[in-house]
Amino acid sequence: MSSSNPQKTMTAPPDWRSKLPHVNYLNANYGIKSWLFTLDHKRIALLYLLSISFFFVLGGAYAVAIRMELLTPAGDLVQSHTYNKLFTHHGILMVFFFLIPSIPAVLGNFLIPLMIGAKDLAFPRLNLLSWYIYMAGGVLTLWALMAGGVDTGWTFYTPYSTKFSNTYVMLAGLGVFVNGFSSILTGLNFIVTIHTMRAPGMTWFRLPLFIWSHYATSLIFVLGTPVIAITVLLVALERLAHIGIFDPALGGDPVLFQHLFWFYSHPAVYIMILPSMGIISELIATHSRKNIFGYSFVAFSSIAIAVFGFLVWGHHMFTSTQSIYAGLIFSIVSYAVAIPSAVKVFNWTATMYKGSISWDTPMLYAMFFIGLFVIGGMTGLFLAALGLDVHVHDTYFVVAHFHYIMVGGALMGYLGGLHNWWPKITGRMYPEAWARFSALVIFVGFNLTFFPQFLLGYMGMPRRYHAYPLDAPLWQVLHVMSSAGASILGFGMVIPLVYFIWSMRYGKFAPANPWPATGLEWRTASPPPTENFEVTPVVTWEAYEFRPIEEVKTVGGDNPDQPRAGENPLTGNR
Amino acid sequence: MATHADTAGVHTTPAQHEAAQSALAHHFDNMEQQKAATTLGMWLFLVQEVMFFGGLFLVYAIYRALYPQSWAAGSSHLNWVLGGFNTVVLICSSLTMALAVWAAQAGRPRKTQVLFLVLTAVLGLTFLGVKAFEYADKYQDGLIPFAGWFSPTDPETRELFTTHGATLQNVQMFYWIYFAMTGLHALHMIIGIAIIIPIIWAAWRERYSPEYYAPVELFGLYWHFVDIVWIFLFPLLYLLGAHLAAGH
Amino acid sequence: MSEHIVSRKVYFVIFAALLVGTVLTVVAANIDFKSEVINTTIALAIAVTKATLVVLYFMHVRYSARIIWVLVASGIFWLAIMMVLTASDYMSRKWASPLVPTVQSAPAETKH
Repeated sequence: MSSSNPQKTMTAPPDWRSKLPHVNYLNANYGIKSWLFTLDHKRIALLYLLSISFFFVLGGAYAVAIRMELLTPAGDLVQSHTYNKLFTHHGILMVFFFLIPSIPAVLGNFLIPLMIGAKDLAFPRLNLLSWYIYMAGGVLTLWALMAGGVDTGWTFYTPYSTKFSNTYVMLAGLGVFVNGFSSILTGLNFIVTIHTMRAPGMTWFRLPLFIWSHYATSLIFVLGTPVIAITVLLVALERLAHIGIFDPALGGDPVLFQHLFWFYSHPAVYIMILPSMGIISELIATHSRKNIFGYSFVAFSSIAIAVFGFLVWGHHMFTSTQSIYAGLIFSIVSYAVAIPSAVKVFNWTATMYKGSISWDTPMLYAMFFIGLFVIGGMTGLFLAALGLDVHVHDTYFVVAHFHYIMVGGALMGYLGGLHNWWPKITGRMYPEAWARFSALVIFVGFNLTFFPQFLLGYMGMPRRYHAYPLDAPLWQVLHVMSSAGASILGFGMVIPLVYFIWSMRYGKFAPANPWPATGLEWRTASPPPTENFEVTPVVTWEAYEFRPIEEVKTVGGDNPDQPRAGENPLTGNR
Repeated sequence: MATHADTAGVHTTPAQHEAAQSALAHHFDNMEQQKAATTLGMWLFLVQEVMFFGGLFLVYAIYRALYPQSWAAGSSHLNWVLGGFNTVVLICSSLTMALAVWAAQAGRPRKTQVLFLVLTAVLGLTFLGVKAFEYADKYQDGLIPFAGWFSPTDPETRELFTTHGATLQNVQMFYWIYFAMTGLHALHMIIGIAIIIPIIWAAWRERYSPEYYAPVELFGLYWHFVDIVWIFLFPLLYLLGAHLAAGH
Repeated sequence: MSEHIVSRKVYFVIFAALLVGTVLTVVAANIDFKSEVINTTIALAIAVTKATLVVLYFMHVRYSARIIWVLVASGIFWLAIMMVLTASDYMSRKWASPLVPTVQSAPAETKH
């Protein structure tokens, strides 16, 4: 099993590559009950991986239907009220059941205890409960979708959702409400874990930046999600009681709903991107074999994004009769919130400078992230400008902007993270050639899908419309490009699904530290034992201390307390 | 400010010691870590509750600013005596809850612990009883805020709700918010009483001692929070119209 | 554990203060200060004081680790963000627009 890659090193203890660790968290117990009643954060992460993947595929299916309709100007595939359901379902599933939970619930759950040197999260039973609550919310929402659907848009704007819509708004709202508590409990669990369960010597500023970003995300989970919960509850109660709480005809104010809704839903987008940024920090450090430039700046920028993110929600309401003075405040602060994100991008770039870069798949995804996130972020600034937003609000410009961030940003980070930690999670390597190929296909497909949408939006194509004018010929060209891109993107997404599953049976066995990387998670076996570490680690080094690759043993790693090449691992003698 | 009298001569019984040891979860290193974690966890939960109720307070505040006369009219019809009584009941229950925590912390016998916990529960039930009476009263008066149901049976009330700038539509909204806020609060009280019952049972089984009283303390935090919500609800809902009524 | 045990005397003193505060709230509510703002401010001030006493003494925050103080303050601060920024919209809606000529709108229910 020798590799021609000089970065995969020299001698290693015999036999470690021939099989998985004798007992690890995957084979510690067998049977469906050992999974459904597990308290092991790693197994819960895999439960989430399965369910989140399911919702992602379902949400993607709705996207396929949307793109098929938009191939032609006429609304000829589905009727308009059906189309309303298509984009609503796509939005609800993708936002609430994929983007918000994905990285925290899968990679966060799996890695946080490992990265800080703990045996599990602070509240393992609460963690399992979070997954069951997520599933309950999912079942309720699916029920609403299958029973007849919802057509209000994922934003549930009133008074349409409270008074006029004849669809399963209450049921879908209930699903979202229940799902919210899954998020809150996960965030609570993460904050307590990071505060109280770090291994000896693991000070705050030795933590991986993945932890910092998940901490910031958890702050948003706890502070923001309850507001969407009460808002959705109010919508449901209003549909029942018809008092007029958001109905202008009865003295209510629909903009009040929007304030309540966006107070959460804007920070929610930072929930979607912050974990991904944490992953990117890890990927770039690992695959450049270099300490993150400006570690504390990156760490604090995560907190800054979480805090500032709560001050800008009104930028979704510039054209909703919100006072122009409030609009001014929200606009200015929206520009401010871009600054910490930019700080990260600069620091990542500086990290790569003079680094020892390897272009493994995770690094490809990290590069895609940086480019696509910058485009998405900059176009967000266009939207934050009051004057410009008046023209492009509710057009495809907005749709393109947020897909660049969510797919080009969050999804790329998620995929990069899955690839980076796949060896740790499963003890297997994914096939590198296929992975690089699919990453490129995804990148091409993504840009082909969403870049034309910037142009469409700028030219005036409204969002949530299933038809567009025949006499704007460029529009159809752009829509066809977008739909073609969507097919390519879809194809690209299927490939990892296949090879990840393939790898679990046929993939090369992975060592404890394949890249190799720093971080406590790489110092335990791949896959880890149930209790994570044989011996609780004692940390005496800073985060991201890399040595020249020639000095690193594969099984060991970079950290100063581990044997260097040629050293006897037991006695340390050269 | 602990006095010697609080802890003099206190020692845990073997049963209590064993209960304390068995309370340590396998993934924590020691009880200090577990206590720190669970306390932080409960406080985080309370913070999210603040935001949860906060949404309702925001709705209240906005519509009060928009419809002050209707708010005052609706409020003046609420029975502030009952509301005030309930406020006193909850404050008493907070005292008994704090004393229950003290009893466990200071190693008092299980009788004392159980007494204070039971008093807390009884006061909580009293509160709920009064609320049930109030709600039933609203139903009798035709003041249930549901489409088509809101119609005051008493002509004086109807006049109060339709004059001096108040409109029936907006007073209905006030009552809707009143029911939503006090209903959500009552739901939290019900959940609290449901949780205190196993705690009373465990206290009777001598599980709590100076070595281990976290469940009592953490539940106490939740109970005090529910009290604090009512401390705000009482003046905001019941006392708005008082000065206007005094001026009539 | 080395936890600070708050004495019963403190609890009873706080209890008495809370009762006094309740009485004060009712009394103040019945006095017509001729300004809705003053009545509201007094009511809220008393409620905030009562809540603070409960938080500090009944909930032991006065004797708790700093992280708990930070958490409590953050919760209040975040609620304040939501309320203040939303209120800023409503309060400034009727201000003259810097861009378009002021339009006469129908008189609405008076507000402060």
